[in-house]
Amino acid sequence: MELDKKLIGHEFDPFTATVEAGKIKLFCKAIGEEDPIYSDEAAAKAAGYRGITAPLTFLRALQADDPNKGGLLRLLNVDIGLILHGEQHFEYYAPVVVGDVVTCQEKVVDIYDKKGGALWFVVQEMEMKDQTGKLLAKGRGVTVVRNPDAAKK
Amino acid sequence: MATATAPKFADVKVGDELKPLVLPPISRHQLALYCGGSGDHNPIHVDLDFAKKFGFKDVFAHGMLSMAFLGRLVTSWVPQKQVRGLGTRFTSITWVGDVITVSGKVTGKREKDGETLVDLEIKCTNQNGQDTLQGNATVALN
Repeated sequence: MELDKKLIGHEFDPFTATVEAGKIKLFCKAIGEEDPIYSDEAAAKAAGYRGITAPLTFLRALQADDPNKGGLLRLLNVDIGLILHGEQHFEYYAPVVVGDVVTCQEKVVDIYDKKGGALWFVVQEMEMKDQTGKLLAKGRGVTVVRNPDAAKK
Repeated sequence: MATATAPKFADVKVGDELKPLVLPPISRHQLALYCGGSGDHNPIHVDLDFAKKFGFKDVFAHGMLSMAFLGRLVTSWVPQKQVRGLGTRFTSITWVGDVITVSGKVTGKREKDGETLVDLEIKCTNQNGQDTLQGNATVALN
């Protein structure tokens, strides 16, 4: 297996995700987060937020709303069982709250290998903007692909 | 947990440590909840047969679940609206049953674009003392 470095620069179709209270509620249950700014609109507003707030790493969960979900794996022609998450970084410009319609634009910015091709690394960057075009956050993720051919050697 | 009240920039010193967050053992139930809650439906985290087919001894936690723990540590110290950055490397796999401790310390203080910023080193460590996530955060303090 070898990944095609010509895919560096590939831009995925942008998609929009509406931030929903129910999704945040389940996300918070899963991560053990109980701060009321993530569940109670009055508490969130009293704390200075525009509304029920999305936790810091919930932004990655917005990708679930991508109609082209799994697009990276199809682009790379890689099985989902071979990938690991290598790195994730976020820069925050404004809190994301329930009701925001977030436009996400993702692109591939680098592809490289280590250990003689046993592991491949795909670096993606994403920009997230609200319904007025204001930048909310930037994300940068590294997906690691385990080369199944290397394991057989 | 109540919303954090931020410390003052002047009161924070390089080397200061945040109060660690010790989490309950990672359970299969939690991984199922995170699968649904995050929309990351990769079966490797919830389907033992699938995980074994790809060479793993068991299912294992989503990296982003542990990164959410990093976020919880930071927002237990300052309100979320003051967080400017959060990042991590996923350095080893978190298995079912692992007991994760999240810790952090102040590594720097600086000014940028008119804001006074504090840089933190934050990490998740398992019950064997092995780091599973090595991350960092930047927060704005007044």
